[in-house]
Amino acid sequence: MSKMPERLMSDPELSAPVTDGQALPVPDSARKIAWARRRRSMSGYWKTFRKSRQGMVGLVILGFFVLLALTAPYIVNLPEIYPATATGPILHPPSLQYPLGTDTFGRSVLGMVVFGSRISLLIGFTATVGAMLIGSSMGIAAGYYGGRIDTILSAITNWFLVLPWIVLAIVIATVNPFHLPQLGNLILVIAITSWAGTARLVRAQTLSVKERTYVERSRALGSGNWHLVTRHILPNVMPVIYANTVLMVAIAILSEAALSFLGLGPQNTVSWGVILEESYSAGSLTAGYWWWFLPPGIAIVLVALSVTLCGYALDEILNPRLRER
Amino acid sequence: MGARRYFFKKTAYALLTLLFVLTFNFVMFRVLPSDPVAQLTRSQKLSRDDVAELRHNLGLDQPLPTQYVTYLKQTAALNLGRSILSGRDVWGEIKARLPATIALLSLGTLFATLLGIWVGIKGGWKRGSTFDTSSLFTSQVFWSMSEAWLGMVLIVVFGSILGWFPTGQWQTPGDATAIQRLADWANHLFLPVLTLTLGYFGEYAIIMRSSLIEVKNDDFVLTARAKGIPDREVRKRHAVPNAFLPTFTLIFLSFGFVLGGAILIEVVFSWPGIGQLEYDAINNLDYPLIQGIFLLSSAAVIFFNLVADVLYSYMDPRIRES
Repeated sequence: MSKMPERLMSDPELSAPVTDGQALPVPDSARKIAWARRRRSMSGYWKTFRKSRQGMVGLVILGFFVLLALTAPYIVNLPEIYPATATGPILHPPSLQYPLGTDTFGRSVLGMVVFGSRISLLIGFTATVGAMLIGSSMGIAAGYYGGRIDTILSAITNWFLVLPWIVLAIVIATVNPFHLPQLGNLILVIAITSWAGTARLVRAQTLSVKERTYVERSRALGSGNWHLVTRHILPNVMPVIYANTVLMVAIAILSEAALSFLGLGPQNTVSWGVILEESYSAGSLTAGYWWWFLPPGIAIVLVALSVTLCGYALDEILNPRLRER
Repeated sequence: MGARRYFFKKTAYALLTLLFVLTFNFVMFRVLPSDPVAQLTRSQKLSRDDVAELRHNLGLDQPLPTQYVTYLKQTAALNLGRSILSGRDVWGEIKARLPATIALLSLGTLFATLLGIWVGIKGGWKRGSTFDTSSLFTSQVFWSMSEAWLGMVLIVVFGSILGWFPTGQWQTPGDATAIQRLADWANHLFLPVLTLTLGYFGEYAIIMRSSLIEVKNDDFVLTARAKGIPDREVRKRHAVPNAFLPTFTLIFLSFGFVLGGAILIEVVFSWPGIGQLEYDAINNLDYPLIQGIFLLSSAAVIFFNLVADVLYSYMDPRIRES
């Protein structure tokens, strides 16, 4: 029994009016109240998140890489990373001038890794947003409408869930069915191959939320489907997919590396996957150019790991069942 | 629902999924490209008559529904077209590469599962112990690695620096006795299998751990303890068998992901399997081959899922009811 109140206390939405002990404020506009509520619940989540050492370590590393990506054009000496303008010695091990050595074109590996963070993170974040949009719309549609729509959408979801993602990605990447620019197609490919898990989670949560009394009450008051979904279902489904979305960034970045390694990466630019691929194709393994392929791989591990740590910390906050045990 | 009805229902579902894959494939390669012939003959110069003949031979002058039926018939007969690069039959090409991939995949999955389950049980049972926290972290670190990069690092460390293992191919050419050949083969297999194991054990460990934590506080575990059964036995006979079910599903579900990892690893280690074939196909835009690999690996995944569903229903008959 001792566990219940503790959980209620840590939920700011429930505890705030009680601990304040004040009369309820004069009603503001609905929007203002909603924002105040969101702020309260965000600050509550943040308080719990701050206590998680893993989550904070992850957040700091991730923050570092995001900052690096944003400031890369100012940090990196741009001519150093383009084949036509690079002036460094060819395949030189790390030195003072080139802390991570140079590649076959005399480009600075450090410069490429720093600049590559832009494309890798861009792909990671946009593909994740895309996958989240596809996944949550599929999941909500399946769970909310039920019946035949659910059967069809769930079948499609299940197919995408089990299917060998990399071969599907290769098919879409090589055929480019929508004639997108190459980078856009790569983002689409990753989004298309990774939304299914989200859809399944969202569907399950939608099924449980739509049976709740407040939804029924709102429907009795005459709410239409759109209002019900956006105002009542969505806000209660979203917390379930936050942690999942964060974890998906890691998967998207690893997918970029995998596809780039197979030669399907973004062209005429650098990303971590592209550096790995170029280094491998140039025979780094047999020739021992370790400074060329170690750094991009380490960058991938650090970002994927930091995102994973954040995701697990979030999961423990948002799904308190795990925390209690 | 009876066991037989359940089996038929699942089989029908699997066949339907397969039809969906076939349709997807048809749309991607026959309907969407503005000109499939141009796609197939990129590198050759053809006269207008040749193009017309090719269109006729491929059945592209037929209406789409007719093309679709023909396509289904051909696929059922394992006629997947010819590779652009080698000119050989796609199914033949794939069949020749199967043994290498199956060896790598099955051994890799086996070791990854064993290691993952062991780590997950040991950590989850004593949640918060040093072993638990450090093994969870290790699992996450390996999970976060690109398989290709992990393979490269292992090649450099064990192959180039230490010189313990060969770094590519799957056998040393030359005559040898059967035993020597087997040893040689195992020697070549070691590093790719190690890469696959390290790359995927983390996922199994994390799932096993959390589902063990989940059942650890269940009533039946408490009952077992109340009966005075020693801790070890409670874990072995009561908690683990129940916690194992989700992990079991995951092993089959993740087959598609492991296959993806295997493709990368094959490329890194020049392992002569499907992955190598796919890599060559990508770099030469060999569409029939890409299409064939997609189709067959999807079919394999669908088959494994059917097996998993049926096995699962024997392990846990409750799910037949729902």
